[in-house]
Amino acid sequence: MFWKAVYVICLRDIRRFFREKSQVIGSIARPALWLAIMGTGFNTVFSSSGSDNYAQFLFPGIIGMTVLFTSVFSAVSVIWDRQFGFLREMLVAPVSRTSIAVGKTLSGCFQSLIQGSIIMVLSFIVDVHLSPLIIVQVLAIILLASFALTSMGLLIASRMPSFEGFNLIMNFLVMPMFLMSGAFFPISGLPAWMKSIVTINPLSYGVDALRGVILGFHEHALTTDILFMAGFAIIMTAVAVTAFNKAE
Amino acid sequence: MIETTDLCKHFDGTKAVDGVTFSVDKGEIFGFLGPNGAGKTTTINILCTLLTPTSGEARVNGYDVSKNPNEVRKSIGLIFQEPSLDDRLTAEENLDFHGMIYDVPKGIRKERKKELLDMVDLWDRRKDVVKTYSGGMKRRLEIARGLLHHPKILFLDEPTLGLDPQTRSHIWRYINKLREEQGITIFMTTHYMDEAENCDRIAIIDYGKVVALDTPDNLKRFVGGDVITIKTTDDEKAEKEIGEQYNLHVRRDAGGIHLEIENSEEFIPQFISSFSTKINSIHLRRPTLDDVFLKLTGHEIRTEEASVRDRMKAGMRMRGGH
Ligand SMILES: Nc1ncnc2c1ncn2[C@@H]1O[C@H](COP(=O)(O)OP(=O)(O)OP(=O)(O)O)[C@@H](O)[C@H]1O
Ligand SMILES: [Mg+2]
Repeated sequence: MFWKAVYVICLRDIRRFFREKSQVIGSIARPALWLAIMGTGFNTVFSSSGSDNYAQFLFPGIIGMTVLFTSVFSAVSVIWDRQFGFLREMLVAPVSRTSIAVGKTLSGCFQSLIQGSIIMVLSFIVDVHLSPLIIVQVLAIILLASFALTSMGLLIASRMPSFEGFNLIMNFLVMPMFLMSGAFFPISGLPAWMKSIVTINPLSYGVDALRGVILGFHEHALTTDILFMAGFAIIMTAVAVTAFNKAE
Repeated sequence: MIETTDLCKHFDGTKAVDGVTFSVDKGEIFGFLGPNGAGKTTTINILCTLLTPTSGEARVNGYDVSKNPNEVRKSIGLIFQEPSLDDRLTAEENLDFHGMIYDVPKGIRKERKKELLDMVDLWDRRKDVVKTYSGGMKRRLEIARGLLHHPKILFLDEPTLGLDPQTRSHIWRYINKLREEQGITIFMTTHYMDEAENCDRIAIIDYGKVVALDTPDNLKRFVGGDVITIKTTDDEKAEKEIGEQYNLHVRRDAGGIHLEIENSEEFIPQFISSFSTKINSIHLRRPTLDDVFLKLTGHEIRTEEASVRDRMKAGMRMRGGH
């Protein structure tokens, strides 16, 4: 029954995801625009300063960014469910709260995988070549990163009774995580205080791992990246499940 | 099937539920009747494990709601007062979600889906996204969903609010059928008096306290007789005559002369044969739960906010009455 509940909860989210045409179109258009505009725009800046191809440097960052937003949004949809009452339907169902939390986490992962795959299809824009092995590795990293980020979002959602706090997390958590993850610029040249934020940011490790796998270019060893994200994912899931079990 | 002892729920400052004790037997329809803010929904939320009580105990199907919430959830079905559908899904998808998460086998699910959607007259709209439904249609879908898994105990929080009489009667027919076939227990709240009269027993709740608990008939008996309204050609003279002949409490207004009397069946024929003023009409009314509520609490059930004086009066009546 545990996995059936997980499946039902995922199924619902996926149906909702594909139902909203604007959401599906947006999920393709957004990364395409980022790659085309940011990649091309900044390429001129970087090439004039003698750097490598910026659009390619940006590509793994865009995947990371998309995973972050998809994960967090899918998790905080719990707040919407609370507001519109559907959460009650789930909370009184004869399934454990843990299965609801796991279902929500996996549906975030699934949505991230879809989004990530769309971006990989767009890799031709920036002229990145992806072999089947790289694709599998990228998907695995997306899965791990998204697991960590969705459970973080779920923890927040279980503590937040209404939308009001939502802007707060967007401005003070999600945006800084996004900007200070090395998605846009290399970490090596940053001042120490920024570097320390980057160091505790799980997304940095996701972006680094992606960049390593796709471009063969990284700050940390792949195992470090994976261990950090796995550790973060396990702790966050444990805390989020506990919080979810306690929430009224 | 449901048992509470001295149940309390306080929201910083508000005593939403304030020492409620009652028990509901298997197969019973038990009603909670009370004005807005009386604590009906809060009580249901405790019983269905959405809220933990501040103090006191509640058992549902033999399981303690705080210690064994999962077992409680397996035994119950709910129709919430507030909307709880996913309005981006279709009616059918909403029902499928419910059926799957309650582990209703596929074949049975399909059968009941048809049965229930027919009952609430939504079969033709089943493939439409709920967002496009009217308020009443959404309500009907929620009721169908709550019944889909044939729970042992069904909680209905003002279930038929805003529904047309025909739908109401369809729904009640289905619920009564379930009760006969499967002996389900029903706990419902309402502030519709006519709906409350379907119940086997009613608890009247006001300011978080149960002020009376009995069968509808016994509660009405508590009012002390039937209400007779007489219209004559000359009400003033008639009032005087009644005052002289019978030792009764008489009240006269534009609607006629009102009497409250114990054994009206015997009184009326005798009254008509001996009365000298010409009677235009005579109307006999059984007391309703409205009268009961008024008598018990000192305020009408429909008033949104009863005054503090009313509240004190209610407290005094309680103490005096027991
Ligand atoms: N989450 C909450 N936080 C604070 N106060 C609450 C909360 N829920 C309910 N209350 C208060 O508890 C009291 C009882 O509310 P409840 O919803 O149980 O009333 P009700 O009998 O269901 O009324 P209605 O007929 O309007 O549905 C009210 O005074 C309400 O303001
Ligand atoms: Mg209520």
